[in-house]
Amino acid sequence: MSNLLDLLVAGLATGTIYALVAVGFTLLWQTSQTINFAQGEFVMLPAFLMLAAMHAGAPFWLAIILGILLSMLLLGLGFKLLLVDPMLRHGVLPLAIATMALAIGMKEAVKQFFSAEASPFPSIVPAGDLSLLGRVISLQSLGVLALAIAVVIGLTLLLNRTSIGHQMQATAQNPTVARIIGVPVERMILLTFLINAFLVALASLLITPIYLAKFSSGEVLGQAAFIAAIVGGFNQVRGAIAGGLLIGVVDNLAAAYVSTQYRAAVPLALLIVIILFRPQGLLGRPEERTV
Amino acid sequence: MTSATKYWRIALGIAVIAALIIVPMNFNRYGLYILSQWAVMTIAAMGLNLTLGYAGQVSLAQGAFVGIGAYAAAIMTTQGMPLIAALGVAVVLCFAIGWILGYPALRVQHHYLAFVTLAFSTLAFLVFRNEDWLTKGIYGISNIPRPNVLGFATNRPLPFYYFCLGSLAIVSLAMWWLIRSPWGRAFVALRENPVRALSLGIDTRRYTLMAFAIGSALGGVAGTLYAPLTQYIDPVPFNLSLSLDLLMMVIVGGSGFFFGPFLGAAIAVLLPEWLRFTQGYYLMLYAVAVMLLLIYSPTGILGILDRYLAERRTKAASALRAVAKSRLETAP
Repeated sequence: MSNLLDLLVAGLATGTIYALVAVGFTLLWQTSQTINFAQGEFVMLPAFLMLAAMHAGAPFWLAIILGILLSMLLLGLGFKLLLVDPMLRHGVLPLAIATMALAIGMKEAVKQFFSAEASPFPSIVPAGDLSLLGRVISLQSLGVLALAIAVVIGLTLLLNRTSIGHQMQATAQNPTVARIIGVPVERMILLTFLINAFLVALASLLITPIYLAKFSSGEVLGQAAFIAAIVGGFNQVRGAIAGGLLIGVVDNLAAAYVSTQYRAAVPLALLIVIILFRPQGLLGRPEERTV
Repeated sequence: MTSATKYWRIALGIAVIAALIIVPMNFNRYGLYILSQWAVMTIAAMGLNLTLGYAGQVSLAQGAFVGIGAYAAAIMTTQGMPLIAALGVAVVLCFAIGWILGYPALRVQHHYLAFVTLAFSTLAFLVFRNEDWLTKGIYGISNIPRPNVLGFATNRPLPFYYFCLGSLAIVSLAMWWLIRSPWGRAFVALRENPVRALSLGIDTRRYTLMAFAIGSALGGVAGTLYAPLTQYIDPVPFNLSLSLDLLMMVIVGGSGFFFGPFLGAAIAVLLPEWLRFTQGYYLMLYAVAVMLLLIYSPTGILGILDRYLAERRTKAASALRAVAKSRLETAP
């Protein structure tokens, strides 16, 4: 039973990271119908930006700030202006394919310009263990959990309590109506891209110390985040959060109780069951079918 | 189409086919391998083009069907059975699985469907990797024999290339017939407007499942050629990225165009080879090329051609109209 507690904490820790990535994914879909197949690579890149800054002699805190700013510039503004804007009017599928190509390009660029080897990455949470309820839990898990929860709460407050958040939600629900009632739709869309870039940079900062910085590390993460977003509800931020936590926990429990070989299959099986019985996701709203 | 352009087209087709037969004769082993790979991938992409381009269903599982076909061929031919038997098994198996995989397509659309098929793709990869008793797991299956065709051994690269090319020709003819048959028209109706197709009396359920099943079966056909081509298979080539690559081939070539997969596969297989002189940068350049192409023409390369031809036709038509109008005006 106590083993279960460890698994739950570790699962929630990875789950909150999935949630961060999935939320960004959901935001992009809602405001601009962008399915970003490079979302996993978006998480991979900031860690390398930070490492590059550190190699250039910047202290860790400065590298983090530079990494986040660069990520917002490249993965937020650059991504929107250079790829999404010119492609948006062409529909969902070509854009999705273009982001696949982007994922290949990003992986290869990191491999070529940085390193094909996995690099260690410093943790922002000190190493060590904490006794809790007679159990030893790693500070790293708890730190990741705490930070990610703080970000998720912050984001939820931003979306639900501030006027900018309400404008973003209006844009997400119906851009035409939002424009009529005076919401600066274009600015809100840009804002969601910047928020997505910020979230992936944070996720990168939290997850890279655990799994090392590697050019290919985005693949698994991106897939987990997609599954989380769909399981929770493609069109709901709180759905993405719930989905992220659920996938994190299920993944860890499956590794312990089902089989390590098929651990990757368990969230997928969950995904298929949910898609078939509740296509809109656990917390999602059904999307109207247009004829 | 005027008869002159028709003859030009036929001449062009014959020239391309002749080039595909004659030019590779003095290619080295590696060049022939790449060309054979192009033929194999074209078959797989044609299958996906039927599912995606003609029936409008996004599938991220085509790589998994290539894997199923390849494993069927590898397991059966190393046990001494002929490749044609493996082909039969692969086609039946992929057809059946594709049919079942089509069921979610009846309930969900677009990105949801993409993810159901993505999930299947990952599951298939896990099976290839973990079921050691069948697939030899990560060690893979080696020494896959190449078949004898009509008494000719295809062990050497050139005969095997002709074998792949011949298979491609057969599949192309079958596909040409299929999309011109009432079935093909039903698929297109399904893509353009499912509700209207239903109101026209097309059994959309059956045709959706059929598009998935036939498309998947072609993936299996490609797989049964892939195994003897490489003569060694392990799970890695059949992971999700093959499905993504095939999807990219279809879109880049031009989905819904008959020759789209030929061009798309040529770009995905050959372009990285041509860019190899740039050393480590070739996949990066490839990715950039794909993005630029899609920004410029989201309907792929054949989309550019199509637009150009449509423009010329409109111009020709307006020129005719102008002439007719002036004649009308000058008429007494």
